[in-house]
Amino acid sequence: SSFAHQHFLVGVEGRVDLPLSCSFCWGNSVERKIYIPLNKTAPCVRLLNATHQIGCQSSMNGDTGVIHVVEKAQDLKWVLTDGPHPPYMVLLEGELFTRELMLQLKGSSRISGLAVAISKPSPAQGFSPGLKCPNDGFGVYSNDYGPQYAHCNWTVWNPLGNGLAYEDFSFPIFLLEDANETQVIKQCYQDHNLPQNGSVPEYPLCAMQLFAHMHAVTNTVTCMRRSSLQTAFSLNPEEVCDALSDYNVWSTLKPINASSKINPVDEVIIVATRIDSHSFFWNVAPGAESAVASFVTHLAAAEALHKVPDVQMLPRNIMFTFFQGETFDYIGSSRMVYDMKMDKFPIRLDNIHSFLELSQVALRNSSVLWVHTDPVSRRNESIQPQVETLVEALINSSVGANVTLQEVGQSQPLPPSSFQRFLRAKSIPGVVLADHRTSFQNRYYQSMYDTAENILMKYPEGLSPEETLDYVTDTAKSLAEVATVVARALYQLAGGTGNTSAIQADPRMVSRMLYGFLIKTNNSWFQSIIKQDLKGLLGDELPQHYIAVTSLVNTTQLVQYVLANLTGTVVNFTKEECLNPEKTPNPEKEMYVYTWVQGSRDPNSTSRVPFCVQSTVHLTKAASPAFELKQWGSTEYSTWTESRWKDIRARIFLIASKELEIITLVVGIAILILSLLATYFINAKAHVLFSSPGDGGTVAY
Amino acid sequence: MTTAVFIGCSFIAFGPVLALCVCTIAAEPLSLVFLITGGFFWLVSLLLSSLVWFIAVQIGGSNNASVKKNFLIFGVVFSVLLQEVFRFAYYKLLKKANKGLMTVSQEETIPISVRQLSYVSGLGFGIMSGIFSLVNILTDSLGLGSAGIYGDSPQYFLSSAFMTLAIVPLHVFWGIVFFDACEKKKWWAPALVILSHLLVSGLTFLNPQYDGSLVPSYIIMMLMGTWAFFTAGGSLRNLKLCLMCRDKDFLLANQHPR
Repeated sequence: SSFAHQHFLVGVEGRVDLPLSCSFCWGNSVERKIYIPLNKTAPCVRLLNATHQIGCQSSMNGDTGVIHVVEKAQDLKWVLTDGPHPPYMVLLEGELFTRELMLQLKGSSRISGLAVAISKPSPAQGFSPGLKCPNDGFGVYSNDYGPQYAHCNWTVWNPLGNGLAYEDFSFPIFLLEDANETQVIKQCYQDHNLPQNGSVPEYPLCAMQLFAHMHAVTNTVTCMRRSSLQTAFSLNPEEVCDALSDYNVWSTLKPINASSKINPVDEVIIVATRIDSHSFFWNVAPGAESAVASFVTHLAAAEALHKVPDVQMLPRNIMFTFFQGETFDYIGSSRMVYDMKMDKFPIRLDNIHSFLELSQVALRNSSVLWVHTDPVSRRNESIQPQVETLVEALINSSVGANVTLQEVGQSQPLPPSSFQRFLRAKSIPGVVLADHRTSFQNRYYQSMYDTAENILMKYPEGLSPEETLDYVTDTAKSLAEVATVVARALYQLAGGTGNTSAIQADPRMVSRMLYGFLIKTNNSWFQSIIKQDLKGLLGDELPQHYIAVTSLVNTTQLVQYVLANLTGTVVNFTKEECLNPEKTPNPEKEMYVYTWVQGSRDPNSTSRVPFCVQSTVHLTKAASPAFELKQWGSTEYSTWTESRWKDIRARIFLIASKELEIITLVVGIAILILSLLATYFINAKAHVLFSSPGDGGTVAY
Repeated sequence: MTTAVFIGCSFIAFGPVLALCVCTIAAEPLSLVFLITGGFFWLVSLLLSSLVWFIAVQIGGSNNASVKKNFLIFGVVFSVLLQEVFRFAYYKLLKKANKGLMTVSQEETIPISVRQLSYVSGLGFGIMSGIFSLVNILTDSLGLGSAGIYGDSPQYFLSSAFMTLAIVPLHVFWGIVFFDACEKKKWWAPALVILSHLLVSGLTFLNPQYDGSLVPSYIIMMLMGTWAFFTAGGSLRNLKLCLMCRDKDFLLANQHPR
């Protein structure tokens, strides 16, 4: 759908993503005496695909357990065998959050839940809860196409992957993001739960309760069937799961009419990156190396290309595409390929001249950037020379830049990339650029530790937020080099004949984008390029890049606005003309999208100077075709869904012994019986007890 | 703390009340009406005193803990005084109502004696007071947590229930003594009632030292109980007769021919 007609959809009914009560009026004063709520936590939720359910589940009314802090492996013995008050709620240090420990906990019935304290600094040995072979079975390599490359038989891309995020746990697992809250829990544990000199700790004990009850079960087929039954037959439908979906962002170098198809003879070069990531916990997906660095480089290359004066005369067009949902079996790219095949997209598969993808590019070892190609399609005589041209253009563009382009072995398969989905549909010449030759350089692939520190972004001490925004880090310089190489290569591939040395990506812009997408979205530059009424878009906490189920997550919108700002032009329209471009007839206007952005703030005044941006940035739906076709058990397309839930929260409190409870009950019943007997007795004798002498028997009582 | 604690604490606090209502009030519709009206009067007095406290806090407007405590003490004193004022008002209302009832009804004797009225109104005040003190605590006792994470005593629920167990009969005894004193124009008695009410409420500020607040409250309850017993027409002789089961002989012996 076009830029100007998007809606800002609030969370779907039945989902409570934000606590509804205000922070100072939660609970009454008695409740505040008893419970300490844990506010800065992230849950692990249930995701489902065609065949499995993954993630965690708690009981309907939360799971409670006595807290036990596990700081070294021996502490686990207390929880699993020795402790006298099962079930236990384990508070785990981030370093110990490994597959072996989790499998031990999974098998035990003495665990009622787990809270993981995020480890600062990140674990030195690396941590990746993703799979060793990401998106296996949904890429291009299968038993019919390059069987020796299928299932990572040739190269294991993510050797540190322990697959934890794809296991199914029957107890809730929460992440404690705030070190202060972790300290509060540990203090409570030390005050009440520590065994004193080998003796058993006594009641009252410190306990934790985690609420994270998921409504969906088994797999996507089951939950979608139940949801569709509900929507069809119930007056108040209670859906149980939602498909992961969002929007892809795309833009063309030369404007095209997005509502009609382009000329079949026209050729388009597609540049692609992914913009999402994932981790074990819900909505924790910093994705610095796996997504952000790549799309920031892509944005910088797009900006550099748009500055070249003769781009509108280039023989071939270039489409800059940002795919959402690639982490979950290529949701965005599979949908785009499907739309191209079904003729629902302005560009057809036959229009694609070549494909260039930027995979993980931030951790280059001694400035080498590796060029991956698909060995199977290269056996085709028409594809092979085109691939060679592609690689040659890239190598030519790297002359003079601090980037050394090297091809990986010709028999090595492609790493997990959106290009694989295009290859499934048609053999297209294309390359994937990455900083790794065989397995990933990223030791925190799809984990909560894939942050700015992972891509070595370092800022000097004592800078204000504005100074930090404009400070150019070494990472930014390195990514700008890659963007320069990509832009120059694209210029050549698109048929440009001029001198490419003038094409340069701006390291300052790269640094600003990295700051905005990795550290704080609420900065002055982002504020100046968004629309006026989208205040909720920019926040002060660390940005996360998870696809989620609500439409248009912050990441997608921000990429859209940044792309519009970097590749669009400022036009002198009034607000009315900008918001309603169809009112002023002009054939040119159908090729462009107009946005009224709020502009930057004058240093002297408090108001902003808004203006109109003309760009070619469009949004297209990124929902798996499996849901359009209602093939919920599909093995062809992604079938990932996220369960719905009502209440997700965590709190700690003291629990009393069962004996005290029973004593209270018995005392209560005893007092009741005693008072009944006494009252009956007094009532029966009242006429005697309360008569004064001389009253006789006629006291009216 | 769980359902067991909820039921236990409810029975501890409201066991005697339940027994009294079942045995003495439930069968008499008039008593029931006056009971509920008494409860309503107590509720109005609480509403007014809490309004005054709320306004005072807003005007004072400080976040200091000791200032808040001072406001609370002021609020409690004012509330106690207002409750006794409303007790007096209820007494006056009941006297008027009794006169009215007499003219309307066809009986020759008053349908309900002042003694019974004093007992019923005291019980009404007590029930309402007990409910208000305890219902918030009871709802939270249903949950899994027990007080103590901020340093409160783990016996919080139990001691609150026992305090209510003392307060409810206290209100009954105060009612009996108060009405009797108003009938007989003995003005020192209501003053003593007010003083003891202030004392018991003041003792709750000693929490969480429950031995400091519960034990004296129970002692005061016993003392007021004996005073009320004697005011209501009891005497040691009657008590001895009842306990030794010689009441039947007493009745026979006391039968005067009309």
